[in-house]
Amino acid sequence: MFDISTWFFITSGLFLGWSLGANHAVNVFGTAVVSKMVKFRTAAIIGGIFVILGSVLSGSGTTKTISELGPINAIAGSFSVALAVGIAVTAMTRAKLPVSTSQAVIGAIIGWNIFTGSPTDLGSLSKIVSSWVASPLVAGIFGYLIFIFLKNTVLKWKIHLLDLDNYTRIGLIVVGALASYSLGANNIANVMGMFVFVSLFKDFNIAGVFTITGVHQLFFLGGLAIAIGIFTYGRNVMETVGNDLYKISPLTGFVVVLAEFLVLMLFTSVTLEAFLLQNGLPSIPLVPLSTTQAFIGAILGVGLAKDPHSINFKVLGKIAIGWVVAPVSAGLIAFISLFFIQNVFEQKIYYPVPYEISQFVLTQVDQDGIPVQHIRDLTSKRFTNKKIMRNELLKRDNFTNAQIYTIFQYAIIDSFRIDSTAVRLRLAHPVFSGEQITTLIGDHGRIFRHKIEFDSYLRKEKILDETIGNKLLDKQLEERQLYLEQIFRITKINN
Amino acid sequence: MSLFFKKTLQLETQIDEYLDLVIKGGLVFRQGIKCYLDHQTEEFENYLKDLRRIEEQADDLRRNVEIILYTRTLIPEARGDVLGLMESCDKALNITAETLLELSVEIPNIPLTHRQDFLDLSESSIACLENTVSGIRSYFKNIDAVRDYVTKVQFYKKETNKIAEKIKRLAFRADDELSQKIHIRYVTFHIERIAEQSEDICDRLAISSIKRFE
Repeated sequence: MFDISTWFFITSGLFLGWSLGANHAVNVFGTAVVSKMVKFRTAAIIGGIFVILGSVLSGSGTTKTISELGPINAIAGSFSVALAVGIAVTAMTRAKLPVSTSQAVIGAIIGWNIFTGSPTDLGSLSKIVSSWVASPLVAGIFGYLIFIFLKNTVLKWKIHLLDLDNYTRIGLIVVGALASYSLGANNIANVMGMFVFVSLFKDFNIAGVFTITGVHQLFFLGGLAIAIGIFTYGRNVMETVGNDLYKISPLTGFVVVLAEFLVLMLFTSVTLEAFLLQNGLPSIPLVPLSTTQAFIGAILGVGLAKDPHSINFKVLGKIAIGWVVAPVSAGLIAFISLFFIQNVFEQKIYYPVPYEISQFVLTQVDQDGIPVQHIRDLTSKRFTNKKIMRNELLKRDNFTNAQIYTIFQYAIIDSFRIDSTAVRLRLAHPVFSGEQITTLIGDHGRIFRHKIEFDSYLRKEKILDETIGNKLLDKQLEERQLYLEQIFRITKINN
Repeated sequence: MSLFFKKTLQLETQIDEYLDLVIKGGLVFRQGIKCYLDHQTEEFENYLKDLRRIEEQADDLRRNVEIILYTRTLIPEARGDVLGLMESCDKALNITAETLLELSVEIPNIPLTHRQDFLDLSESSIACLENTVSGIRSYFKNIDAVRDYVTKVQFYKKETNKIAEKIKRLAFRADDELSQKIHIRYVTFHIERIAEQSEDICDRLAISSIKRFE
């Protein structure tokens, strides 16, 4: 259960939500407002409503990136990370620079990883760097092409200036609302994801018809914080982008938001990918892109299509520096605040996660081509401190960062216990066959200490098929695996 | 949503009606000049009345459009340009009415030798105004055509200047009173002003149309 301190901790999440709204308002309604097509108030109201809707209806628990980076499992740790990101993003907003909140979150989590000695997946880091280049590039190309296409269409169809004004206004509102929805859906995990594990709200039932879960209530609160951010401080960054970087006209404003929205939908939407695959169409490779960076890229694309000289490259340079500064400063602030929270306020910033290099883990590590001969003496030894385990590993062999990361991933004690009641209640035809269900029931009570052990059992007993390289089927398989892990996991944190 | 478009359609119609009035004003002016030269006083006075009425109607329409554009924040990027164009058109229309009024008040004596030249002069000035109006219509719908109209206006304006110069040279070489000569120059100057004003509108139009996509 929670006490008053839990509420105190969650305020940093709300602060982060507020700063996110303030910094990201420009991405959804910035061009509509600076081109005077939509009043700021109207834009903020529409944006706020759709952000909340997106957060509550489509928000997912935790982003994969965050869970991959490092499991932050104590609320004081979450508080520090959220606070660090909030401060970094607010500072950027004060400097009128649009930044990517996700990247600031990753920066802060790396700060947490360094502080706690947890391994960091370097792949996630490279994702940030590649996003700096990929987002503006892809969105820029889209912006350029859409602008040329729209200009030619307007000229060819001889659309009256006033009609064009109407279409543009409607377009700006519709795309702005959609973008607000996806802003809420994609970012609520950054804002509230860290608090999902801490049950703050109770589920409640309305007239026995539908239930509003605690997570929904949490996300509503987060969405509200983003909406308030848009309303109270969203105008600040809009001015930099709309007036300083490039003078935005209504039509170019529409092209920018449309390009940004399309790029994000095409290259980051899992739903679209599934739809394409289901219909036998070739899927578009998913690329990690940042909304903010796509937005700036789209402006550049349109600017280049019109007149390259009209872009203020000095302002662009400042924005680009902001992209690097945001995650780095978030990481530093996280590190420093964790130090204070742990040593000055004596709060637990993370629950030690036990690791054990069992024989099974060793075999798996060996199969991955990582040399194990020097670490055999660590077999069955349990570590509760990551730093110690890391040092022990490095003492024995010259492991690379990626190898250490893999060993940690395998060695983490994540226990599972097969429970026949859960099987009967929660697994059903046709997703699982009668045979599979019987196997599971037969193995009632069996315990697995490592995730990798459990997964290999599932594959061995044919409860999950082997991956075959078909993207859609593999994805379904992955979801099924996550579902099974969720059902049979023995909860470690009992706070 | 349909209400949204209905209002826009109404505004489009009002702008079109306004431009129709400018065209009509030019035609009435031309007829008025012809009647004056032919000493058809009663018809001339009727044309003057018509022109003043047209001018008033145009003024009302322009104000109306101005209010709608600003209160409903339509075409925020282009409304300054649109209103500027309409106001300059209004000025051209005022010049036509003022010129007829001056003829009515001052009754200058225009000898028969100048008749054809004055007809040509008013024809050419009004051609400037008409092409300007067509240019403005294109600005709204068919921006590519604006350039053609601007070129035409520039051509007619030069023609107008040539005719005006010819009239003045002829007048000042005639064996008339100086007051008569100056009076003819004055009338010529006023008719020529319509072409000058049209050219000013077109300069503005050229810039405004560049701003729409560039």
